Amino acid sequence: MADTVVGANPDPHASGADPNRRDFIHIAAGAAAVGAAAAVAWPLVDQMNPSGDTLALASIEFDLTKVAEGQQVVVKWRGKPLFVRNRTAAQIAAAIKDDNAPMPDPEPDEARHKPGKPEWLVLVGTCTHLGCVPTFGGGDYGGWFCPCHGSHYDTSGRIRKGPAPKNLVVPEYAFVSDTKVKIG
Amino acid sequence: MSGHSTYEPKTGFERWMDTRLPVIRLAYDSVVAFPTPKNLNYWWTFGGILALMLGIQIVTGIVLVMHYVPHVDHAFASVERIMRDVNYGWLIRYMHANGASMFFIAVYIHILRNLYYGSYKAPREVLWILGCLIYLLMMATAFMGYVLPWGQMSFHGAVVITNLLGALPIVGESITTWLWGGFAVDNPTLNRFFSLHYLLPFVIAGVVGLHIWALHVPGNNNPTGVNVKSAEDTVPFHPYYTVKDGFAISVFLILFASFVFYNPNILGHADNYIPANPLVTPAHIVPEWYFLPFYAILRAIPDKLGGVLAMFGAIGVLFVLPWLDTSKVRSMRYRPTAKLYFLIFVLACLVLGLCGAKLPDDHVIPIGSTFQLFDADLNSFVWLSRIATAYYFAYFLIVLPILGLVEKPLPVPESISAPVLDNAKKD
Amino acid sequence: MLRKRIALAALGLAFIAGPALASGGSAPLREHTWGFEGPFGKFDQAQLQRGYKVYREVCSACHSMDLVYFRTLAEKGGPFYDPKYPNPNDNPYAKALAAEAQVPDIDSETGDPIQRPATTADAFPNPFPNEAAARASNGGAMPPDLSVIAKARSGGPRYIYSLLTGYVNPPAGLTVTPGSYYNKYFPGDLTASWSGDPKHVPPGGFLAMPPQLADGKVTFDDGTPSTAEQQARDVTAFLTWASEPKMIERKTFGFGAMIYLVLFSVLLWFSYRRIWRNVAH
Repeated sequence: MADTVVGANPDPHASGADPNRRDFIHIAAGAAAVGAAAAVAWPLVDQMNPSGDTLALASIEFDLTKVAEGQQVVVKWRGKPLFVRNRTAAQIAAAIKDDNAPMPDPEPDEARHKPGKPEWLVLVGTCTHLGCVPTFGGGDYGGWFCPCHGSHYDTSGRIRKGPAPKNLVVPEYAFVSDTKVKIG
Repeated sequence: MSGHSTYEPKTGFERWMDTRLPVIRLAYDSVVAFPTPKNLNYWWTFGGILALMLGIQIVTGIVLVMHYVPHVDHAFASVERIMRDVNYGWLIRYMHANGASMFFIAVYIHILRNLYYGSYKAPREVLWILGCLIYLLMMATAFMGYVLPWGQMSFHGAVVITNLLGALPIVGESITTWLWGGFAVDNPTLNRFFSLHYLLPFVIAGVVGLHIWALHVPGNNNPTGVNVKSAEDTVPFHPYYTVKDGFAISVFLILFASFVFYNPNILGHADNYIPANPLVTPAHIVPEWYFLPFYAILRAIPDKLGGVLAMFGAIGVLFVLPWLDTSKVRSMRYRPTAKLYFLIFVLACLVLGLCGAKLPDDHVIPIGSTFQLFDADLNSFVWLSRIATAYYFAYFLIVLPILGLVEKPLPVPESISAPVLDNAKKD
Repeated sequence: MLRKRIALAALGLAFIAGPALASGGSAPLREHTWGFEGPFGKFDQAQLQRGYKVYREVCSACHSMDLVYFRTLAEKGGPFYDPKYPNPNDNPYAKALAAEAQVPDIDSETGDPIQRPATTADAFPNPFPNEAAARASNGGAMPPDLSVIAKARSGGPRYIYSLLTGYVNPPAGLTVTPGSYYNKYFPGDLTASWSGDPKHVPPGGFLAMPPQLADGKVTFDDGTPSTAEQQARDVTAFLTWASEPKMIERKTFGFGAMIYLVLFSVLLWFSYRRIWRNVAH
């Protein structure tokens, strides 16, 4: 049997084919294996992304009639506190007056509420420094004061003094009616 | 065969690594250059398949644990949450549940391959015993895993199996209470089964490491049962067997996928989708299919302790098999009489599996009752189980010891290469 | 020899995979071909909507579905899915259907238990606060939760369909326990209640649920004639969907996976043959 080679490492030149040579078929099979591995890996990675029930609680609706003028209500949203504050005219005026004052994260008050509704501030109640919950009304600017490291926020939720780098975050929200907001 | 290493580090990094921790050398010697008999048939691909299935079970299991809640009030709901809300949760859960069945299909074929080709015989006794240990650990892992969804079968299956320990004289009851962590299967039981179910697969992985090490000392057996005589009888593991195993794995995955995607619940039991109720026992408590033969053996013996001993004895007898089989010839390819007994053994195992699924008093042949033999009708699954159990034990304890001494085997080839040259008829 | 062994093994597996048969059991289930069966099955969205209406108006009075949420109705493949609203929580039908239901909650100001309209994040409301109340209202029997009922019964959809339409007059000689109803598809052993020929015990059993479906009991908004048969088929489809909302996604994914695996096997086969070409084995 001249062309059948009996041996452990067959003669690579016996019929011009070395089993270690990168034949197209081996490359194709290898590529298919990589593709299969990727197809298997994706579900294993994606399962750690937020699941259906977590996403269901991603948005909430809130009834603004619950908040008296000058007061704030704190609700839980996506596991974090959310401040809904009903500002008095004086607080709104104070915020606008300071629009051009030097501050770490300059932002006009107008950009932090919905048009035509300056009395309603909706902010994520987490200090942008390291995540503590600021207290209502404290500090030098009448907005909020974070007791952990002494950050002062004004009546627009902007950082004025202290270690926090950014203003309190305004989440994505919309008025579904004059008295109801949908957040998230 | 563990000869000396032929690895030669090529790159600077390889040389650096080789003098500090020769893992690349180890991988090369074990999986690339390892001289493997060139005549291995497809029955030899199941080792690779088993390694893959262990990997799949561990990976899918770890992911499931990110979402599962091991508390009696939340377990069932958390599994349904995985099925409905976790991204691809349904896929991962069905892969894990059906993966267990595929794992057992592969292990049974692997064991039968070893029985037929005499792979348990000297010098591979320790390899065989490690394999039996892996099998035992697999069964413990699978049993505890099935309890976790906390369905009716999960709960009542746990009750039945843990109650078996009560059969042990003197210490039985305290051991059962100790295992339960209470007076019945309840939350403490679920939690410890969860912990152990997470642990044991890693113990299995460790024993698999020893198993492969023990294999690599003498090297693989082969269908002729004849030892490798020279390098001419072997090929390097890569690419010859990496690709062949790859092909076999790919075909096995087609079978796996057909269960996962088109019939994911057929190997299970509908009752396990009913949340566990300690006050209501399902009409028929059946274990998962891979335990059915042992369940049949358990019920074949009318005495509780006797049944337990027979069931564990059926696994125990495997451990001493290398010393029971007296044949000088390894492979049943050259032992025609033994081959016949082996086939009947396989049939007996299948019959035991069937009996495990049936009610003991049901009639085997639908001609109605015949006559009462001791405690049951002759035409009942109890008696069929007894016959099959008797053959199961007789095969190991009587047939194999005697056959090796009295049979007339066929002439065994001189070497692995010899039958290839002679174009001898296979199998 | 090899073939014989494979055939034997296949035969054996066929046995083992078969279900344990009950003695004295129930009648063979009614036949019906469902659109969602088979590897290329699909749910009919209109049927799922009708089925949901049957559940909501008839079954939900006693049967909870604690693991199904209003948002699930608007998920892909569900009865009220609308591609315009990929986020099921925005789907107006799901929100409206949820708002129709009342769920228990705690008043955030007073701390008192209250009932409020459900949102898409809520599960279907349970008609009873706990198991004891459920049993008390149903003569001691517990109406099972229907979240996974199609997977929890042997025969699945066929069983549900048969059971709902399987109430027949009990044959003469059968003593029906008061408060129970005879159904020939409900598994049971009626030997004790049968005074006729002991070799011919009628199939079926007694269950605590009276027949529920009747012609015209539920009005279908799409104009489909509302016969008991139609209601049974529609609610069965709905319950099957609810038991496994990802069924169709599973089959679709499976089709792609199988094709890929077959191609992969073919490639590996040729790779294997190429490698082994020069080795006598």
